[in-house]
Amino acid sequence: MSKFYRYLNEPEGIKTATNHESDERLQVSRRGFLIGAAGAGFTLAFFRTGFSFAQPEDVVKEGSFEPTIWYQIEPDGRIIVNIAEAEMGQHVGTALARIVADELEADWSMVELNHVDSDPKWGLMVTGGSWSVWENFTPLSQAGAAGRMALIEEGARLLGVKPDQCEARNSRVLAGNQSISFGDIVSRGNLSRTYTAEDLKQMPIKPATQRRLIGRESRALDIPDKTDGASRYGLDAKVEGMVYGRPLIPPTRYGSTINNIDDSDAKSVKGYQQTIVLDDPTDTVPGWAVVIADSFHAANKAANKIRVDWAAGDTADVSEQDILDHGVKLIESPDKGSIMFPDDGVDEAFTDAAEIFEQDYITHTVLHVQMEPVNALAYEKDGVWEIHTGNQWQSLIIPVLAKALGVNEDKVVMRTYMLGGGFGRRLNGDYAVPAALASQKLGKPVKLVFTREDDIRFDSPRSASYQRMRMAFDRNGNPVGMEHHATAGWPTEVMAPFFMPKGANDVPYDPFSIQGAAHWYSTGPHRVRAISNDLANATFRPGWLRSVGSGWINFALESFMDEAARHVGKDPIEFRLSLLKAEGKNAGEAPNSVGGASRQANVLKRVKELSGWGEELPKDTGLGVATSYGQERNMPTWTACVARVHVNRQTGHVKLEKLTLVTDAGTVVHPDGARAQVEGAALWGASMALHEGTHYEKGEPKAKNLDAYTPMRIRDVPEMELEFIDSKEVPVGLGEPATTVTGPAIANAIHSAIGVRIREIPITPEAVRNALNA
Amino acid sequence: MATEFELNGQPVTVDIENDTPLLWALRDDLDLTGTKYGCGIGMCGACTVLVNGRAIRSCITPVEAVSGASITTIEGLHPDGQHPLQKAWVETQTPQCGYCQSGQIMQAAAMLKDFPEPTDAQINQAMGGNLCRCMAYVRIREAIKLAAQEMKEARSTKEQETGAATNE
Repeated sequence: MSKFYRYLNEPEGIKTATNHESDERLQVSRRGFLIGAAGAGFTLAFFRTGFSFAQPEDVVKEGSFEPTIWYQIEPDGRIIVNIAEAEMGQHVGTALARIVADELEADWSMVELNHVDSDPKWGLMVTGGSWSVWENFTPLSQAGAAGRMALIEEGARLLGVKPDQCEARNSRVLAGNQSISFGDIVSRGNLSRTYTAEDLKQMPIKPATQRRLIGRESRALDIPDKTDGASRYGLDAKVEGMVYGRPLIPPTRYGSTINNIDDSDAKSVKGYQQTIVLDDPTDTVPGWAVVIADSFHAANKAANKIRVDWAAGDTADVSEQDILDHGVKLIESPDKGSIMFPDDGVDEAFTDAAEIFEQDYITHTVLHVQMEPVNALAYEKDGVWEIHTGNQWQSLIIPVLAKALGVNEDKVVMRTYMLGGGFGRRLNGDYAVPAALASQKLGKPVKLVFTREDDIRFDSPRSASYQRMRMAFDRNGNPVGMEHHATAGWPTEVMAPFFMPKGANDVPYDPFSIQGAAHWYSTGPHRVRAISNDLANATFRPGWLRSVGSGWINFALESFMDEAARHVGKDPIEFRLSLLKAEGKNAGEAPNSVGGASRQANVLKRVKELSGWGEELPKDTGLGVATSYGQERNMPTWTACVARVHVNRQTGHVKLEKLTLVTDAGTVVHPDGARAQVEGAALWGASMALHEGTHYEKGEPKAKNLDAYTPMRIRDVPEMELEFIDSKEVPVGLGEPATTVTGPAIANAIHSAIGVRIREIPITPEAVRNALNA
Repeated sequence: MATEFELNGQPVTVDIENDTPLLWALRDDLDLTGTKYGCGIGMCGACTVLVNGRAIRSCITPVEAVSGASITTIEGLHPDGQHPLQKAWVETQTPQCGYCQSGQIMQAAAMLKDFPEPTDAQINQAMGGNLCRCMAYVRIREAIKLAAQEMKEARSTKEQETGAATNE
């Protein structure tokens, strides 16, 4: 439960007051472990924090163990690893199961995954922020090792030898010429055990050199079903007696009310039943109606014939420019926002500076457009509300669903499905609320399907951002102070304000919207000011979108570092390297950021070698660099990228020719999956820089389908060269870091190619032409 | 109105409105959910199926338009899901979220009929209408080439066998 709590105990930049008693990481380390009979097999699980040791069988029977991490071994030898994380393309189940299986010395072909449904006993269910592997590595290793030790003890007894004569390998316990399979041990032996937290700590975790699964190639367990149509996504959910619904979405996200609904033209549509108005006590979907029909086709067709007269809310005329202009106003009001990274001496550094360099950067609205538009099937069965949908953060939406339905939270269960893309959209489960409300009102199961247009109008987009960067230089062109002012709509403020830590001036901030600013460059005293754009927050529900703030923050930071380097006549890589000193606050600390800025310098040096930096290039072709620590300062994934672009001066078209990426993510658990994540994340960043982006217009995204919103296609994909630093350090996240560097690397490459600076993404051909003609 | 067609080798009849997109007939009336909905305007390719061997976007194809036609969906591409493309998709670990992959594979199957050994440019052209939001494009390309190679080897083995048979 804890990823957020843990994060908040050690947010980027300033240290807030830490209550170590409530630190989940410490709690994890205090938990005991148990093995208890379950049916014909055994369940292996952690004790719940605070529970005194009881008979393992009772704990298993009551399910009162800590179930975010547990597995079963069956008499037929199958090992079932239960996964509470959402599967959305990152093959997280495979990565987590391999950690257990490696320590257990299991036969990988006998390992299966079970994705669990929501249940209060699972604790917090959230998948995001590239945390999954990082936070589970040690407990999963211990859980695997405890299982191995128990199997060896029981196996030795059954073989009539001493445990120290045995070893486990490939799902068997071996003693000289004799051996016994894990399945036979489970059938014939009694594995019941309890281990204290102290025992667990003593578990012999294998040295990295003896790992047989972690770090080796293997196939993801969820892939075969994704090649023959067998995988089940939320859109595939079905239940007897269900009707189909399509939402009628009001002109503004908040504050719209329905004056009148005229469905007279829809009555001729065969299969159309009725249109119902939703009453939503949670204000998740104010002013909504749902068209109900026998089939989705009928609901869709009817919806297009229904005329709704809405009284629109206050934001009906808000434009992208309004949001950005408001951002500038906020930045120019010194009393606004939250101060993080409040080093002493920033003002003095700027007052005493020989020179001050300042630039502004803009990023525009980005839509998720995950391939599967949001949807949900909802119905009541035996007093419990069943919600069938793909979701990344069940714990956030279940209380909202309970309130909407007027029931207790234990009367809402979310059934798990594959996600047809997450990218952060499904962290916000708001789309389940109208399905539940419609089902309650009708008294029957409702399958609510959003068209792509509906999905986009109801998206929680990545907010437009406005940022101002400042650097103070001494007489010799060395940085002596830095300021970063950033404003955007804040997802965490809108959806989970209880997760906002306070800055030095006591004003809360959205940590995910300022990630990336707490960089590892030694640039003298540093001040970061994060400002919530309240006009954006009122116009739409800002969303967490792949890498969240690190996406827009690094576009500004890494573009600015490039400009600053050129401003003082230095090579952009050499300039950065001279500032990545691994001293003081940038020295790094165990376990997550061992080596600190020196590891960032290392990936930067390596990408320089690989990319042919400094070599002669054809006309109008250039290389650009960017580097970041990925997502979070206390869980850095050291990333460096060089982009090569060719610019057509006539059309302004930017062709991305090559991306070279070097990543230091510590230990890589699933190398092929890691490469897939970096490939996808890097191309996401490039797509946002060159192909995506829309503008708010009259309170809604201007682009409403894929004819107008145009993410990267196969023809746009550049040559890619990826490298991972061989490391035994703590494994950190990979789903997002590469997203943060490709955009600024492209902008910097454009400058190298044709000498013009683009400070706005997406980078359109028009913007390039205008810059060339300016 | 009842519409009859052949689906994955079997005759089927659906009694639904003529203008129902084939996509929803497949998913909701015939229970073949491997074909996916992505945009409803033929721009993403998630709904791609084969009609008489040609790739079409089932989200914008009314069911009446396929009356009497032979339709192949991802479920019917190979009886055991072992079409060279499906095997190559696993071999290269292409799918991430997987949602677009039925459409990608069906589009690729149609392309390989026209271009058994596709160049990068041909792949770009034929696959350009299929969006992959996970951006698994590098592997999609790799998988197509791998499958094309396997199919080529299978053809040449077959030719040799046929040739040997003729010589005898």
